[in-house]
Amino acid sequence: MKSFLPVAVAIVVLGLLQVLSGGSAYFVYLAMLVGVNVVLAVSLNIINGLTGQFSIGHAGFMAVGAYLSAVTSLAMKDFQLSFLPEAVSNQVFFVVSLAAGGVAAGLFGFLVGLPSLRLKGDYLAIVTLGFGEIILVAVRNTPSLGGALGLPGMPQYTTVFSVWFVVFLVVLLARRLLFSPHGRSLAAIREDEVAAEAMGVDTTSYKVRAFVVSSFFAGVAGGLFAHFQSIITPGDSFSFVKSMEVVVMVVAGGLGSTTGAVVAAVVLTLLPEGMRSLFNLLGGDSDSLSIDQLRKPIFGLLLVIIMLTRPQGIFGTHEAWDWLRKKKEPAT
Amino acid sequence: MYEFIQHLINGLAVGTIYALVALGYTMVYGVLKLINFAHGDVMMVGVYVGYAVAFLLGREAMGGLGAALLVFAVSMAACALLGFVIERFAYRPLRDKSRLTALITAIGISFALSYGFQLDFKVTVGGAEVTVLPGAAARRFPELIRPQEWLVLGDNDVIIWNWQVISFGIALALLAGLQVLVYRTRFGKAMRAVSHDHKVAALLGIPVDTVIAVTFMLGSALAAGAGILYAIKDKTIQPLMGVMVGLKAFVAAVIGGIGNLPGAVVGGLLLGLCEEFIVGYTASSWRDAVAFGFLIVVLLFRPEGLFGRVQAEKV
Repeated sequence: MKSFLPVAVAIVVLGLLQVLSGGSAYFVYLAMLVGVNVVLAVSLNIINGLTGQFSIGHAGFMAVGAYLSAVTSLAMKDFQLSFLPEAVSNQVFFVVSLAAGGVAAGLFGFLVGLPSLRLKGDYLAIVTLGFGEIILVAVRNTPSLGGALGLPGMPQYTTVFSVWFVVFLVVLLARRLLFSPHGRSLAAIREDEVAAEAMGVDTTSYKVRAFVVSSFFAGVAGGLFAHFQSIITPGDSFSFVKSMEVVVMVVAGGLGSTTGAVVAAVVLTLLPEGMRSLFNLLGGDSDSLSIDQLRKPIFGLLLVIIMLTRPQGIFGTHEAWDWLRKKKEPAT
Repeated sequence: MYEFIQHLINGLAVGTIYALVALGYTMVYGVLKLINFAHGDVMMVGVYVGYAVAFLLGREAMGGLGAALLVFAVSMAACALLGFVIERFAYRPLRDKSRLTALITAIGISFALSYGFQLDFKVTVGGAEVTVLPGAAARRFPELIRPQEWLVLGDNDVIIWNWQVISFGIALALLAGLQVLVYRTRFGKAMRAVSHDHKVAALLGIPVDTVIAVTFMLGSALAAGAGILYAIKDKTIQPLMGVMVGLKAFVAAVIGGIGNLPGAVVGGLLLGLCEEFIVGYTASSWRDAVAFGFLIVVLLFRPEGLFGRVQAEKV
């Protein structure tokens, strides 16, 4: 019963948020954007932070999820479950398409994770990068996915509630994973792969599992993203740039810290928006283009500065809930 | 048959450029065990420096030997300096930290360079407008070597351009020079020692910091040279050109067995040929996927690269 309590609380709180945010379209858009990035960062943290592997192709998994769920829901667009009202029926289809996107991305995660049997560190990173690039090239060359022009006309199913419910799920999963035997094995692989293997941890299998779980959520995030953009294109939103953005979030928050990933994702998504508003407030001619251009070099410099001054990130491997736990039970 | 020969020539021309950039990756990896992700972007900076020099020389000077040499020399020197600065301030402080830290830093520098160069930034000095950052628009690279047909086979079926021959020659000369430097000089011996084990090398009195810095500068200068050859081939330049070339050159280095000099050359040529043939006989839009597909296949079956098993001396 205890384990259902957080879910119930989350549903109520998010429901309230959904009702309250109804007024401002800008707020809703920002909330959904932030949520998608949080899902991406927390899920990438499972590979890069918990397991100590280094994936720089997360946007590739996101792209797989986005395109597959888009195709799924485009196929179901004209149908309705006759025994349900239209809105409910649409949400059912939405959940199905998200699941389809997630499962497809998870499958690719399995394929990409497999080479981790033989490849370590830098090499694995390059394979994930290569995977991301190949996915984009493949999408550009597939007319049924819209090619380079993009896939338009997705129904706008995504709501603040659905995005943040997925955020809640992924954070819950990451937290539960951390304290489970699985999570302990992943941490052992991170700390010392040889020692972990000597202690009987099936390192390959655990690494592949980490990839599958992480890419599943990246796929779901892609699906959510696809259903509040009117069009998805194989450009910047799924490219190496996007992957790096997510890496910056995870690294800035602290590799291995779920709360760190959440905080960094929120801050780094809102920062350019805040800069833009500030710019407008100061009487600038709303030169949003230059803010967007500045964002990328600043991200790069930020990475370098964080690595030079605080390589463990803001939170290190600590979690916000550590402070809550400490009061109740002494750390063992 | 003619088509085959033409693809062969084009593949070799691209391959030599990949090989030169790959050498920089392999050298740096040899001494630091670091994938210098910013390498391709250092190359891009070199191209822009070359562009600026050519621009200052003016249109009339283009095509002359002196102008070409000057462009090459200045851009290689500038990149050597840039490589030195990057190594000194970004990589050296992290040398004792985990390798992931340095890798992330390298990615950060790559981002800062490639997207920093996309900004449009001009300052006015004494009435004249000076472009500090070039902006995202593609620019036309001046004709450093006037294109001439060097050899024509059949009825214009195969055309070998003079610049293809010249770049091949330059690439070979640079490779030969590097080979001599690494295997025939005192400094090369120090480099190989650092590559083998930098702690022991330090104990034996080899100035490890200097060796690493110089290796970085050499690699960056090679990248600048390769970049200008690439710009002559492609004729247009833009700030993101370094990313893809850099990634592919890295792929070439890994295919040849990273840390292995001849391996990088063979890997570069193989990748250039592979890309050209596959693209030539199928569709050009798949070009970028070829390199990565090739890489994944090679890594799956020979993770140590083609020349990895022979414990070749690494640099």
